[in-house]
Amino acid sequence: MFTAQNYIKPKSLEEAYALLQKRGNRVVGGMQWMKMSSAACAAVIDLSELGLSGIKDEGSAFSIGCMTTLRELEQDPGISAFSQGAVKEALRGIVGVQFRNLATIGGTVAGRYGFSDVLTILSVMDTQVELYKAGRVPLASYLASPPDRDIVVRLIIEKNPAAFTYLSVRRTRTDLPTLTCASSLTQGPGAYLRIAVGARPGAARCVEIPLDQDLCREFYNGKPERLEEAALCLARKEITLSGNLRGSAQYREHLLEVLVRRSIRQQLAKLTETASFHESRAPRERTHEE
Amino acid sequence: MNVTINVNGKDITDTIRPDELLIDFLRSHGCPSVKRGCETSNCGACTVHMDGKAVLSCGILAVRCDGHQITTLEGLQDEAKEIGGFIADQGGEQCGYCSPGLIMACIAMFRENPSPTDGEIKEYLANNLCRCSGYQSQMRGIRGYIAYREKKNG
Repeated sequence: MFTAQNYIKPKSLEEAYALLQKRGNRVVGGMQWMKMSSAACAAVIDLSELGLSGIKDEGSAFSIGCMTTLRELEQDPGISAFSQGAVKEALRGIVGVQFRNLATIGGTVAGRYGFSDVLTILSVMDTQVELYKAGRVPLASYLASPPDRDIVVRLIIEKNPAAFTYLSVRRTRTDLPTLTCASSLTQGPGAYLRIAVGARPGAARCVEIPLDQDLCREFYNGKPERLEEAALCLARKEITLSGNLRGSAQYREHLLEVLVRRSIRQQLAKLTETASFHESRAPRERTHEE
Repeated sequence: MNVTINVNGKDITDTIRPDELLIDFLRSHGCPSVKRGCETSNCGACTVHMDGKAVLSCGILAVRCDGHQITTLEGLQDEAKEIGGFIADQGGEQCGYCSPGLIMACIAMFRENPSPTDGEIKEYLANNLCRCSGYQSQMRGIRGYIAYREKKNG
């Protein structure tokens, strides 16, 4: 457990930012992971009185305040509908309800945690991180950057339509994941498949596979094999895997193949379901007898 | 630091360290039901309600609870006795160390979802570990309590 000499609830972000520039001061989010550290803090800065919690549907995007808890994110009906339950699926394995009632999205993002389920699913969405001083940066750039002394104010998820899936492998249900995999698939001109892999054990990385006409035709005709190979080829090239106590690099390489193929097959199943749904609702052609 | 925390309906004002955990504050103010277990946010033995939501009192600073309402098992005796009775009847309360946290999580669950399925119970109570029962007897007790409530409420 960390120790702290002082505890400050700033009245403005400017005050919080100024405090954070002082050596030994740290922002406290949900503190579920921070409390595992043995840091000696001069002061902990609590943002809970700055009105930074809650999810807003702003029409073309969701705005998620940094102090929003993982449980609030999990239970938000708008996010759930937009992600077809993929965000909820990514969150439900994180320890338990009591934990998720405390852990915050801002703490998760600022921590750039390698084991994070949330960062994996957010990586396949059009997610931006709004920092107090640096402004908006894409989530991928933020995760790749070194720790800094800026404040994560909120996340913005653009509501660009896509089909989402989420999968993870864990030793036990509430353990940290051994590997996570999220996907998003868009349709129409400029269509792409995104695959994000987390718990590598590093922070989530995402690759994007453009869907050319041939790949699209095969996939929509129920043949996902060539898309699977293309996704795996790019993922193996761009996403580095290594070992830790939850699994060796070799084991993760095996899991990567399984999860990427399963994600793409889930995407195909979703397409089939949607097609059947539309077919079942389409008006029947009238016959002469009718 | 001076804080005023409403514990089980009563305002308690005290001077505390900035890094004092809520569990220590509660235990030193007459709430021994709040148990220290893993201290890694995994076991749920320290579960209390903060403004009606189940949280881990080992995972939150007491100073953050300034001005908030905290409820422990001591403040929910009647509800706790009823659920605890069903769990005990099934042999689910052995050493009893995890029981206060489990019951607090159960109460929060029933307030959110009065008739949970087995899957929903397991998911909601995933943060409550028990090293005696193997969970089957606790599940039987919880199912029994749900059946009793449904019968009672018609």
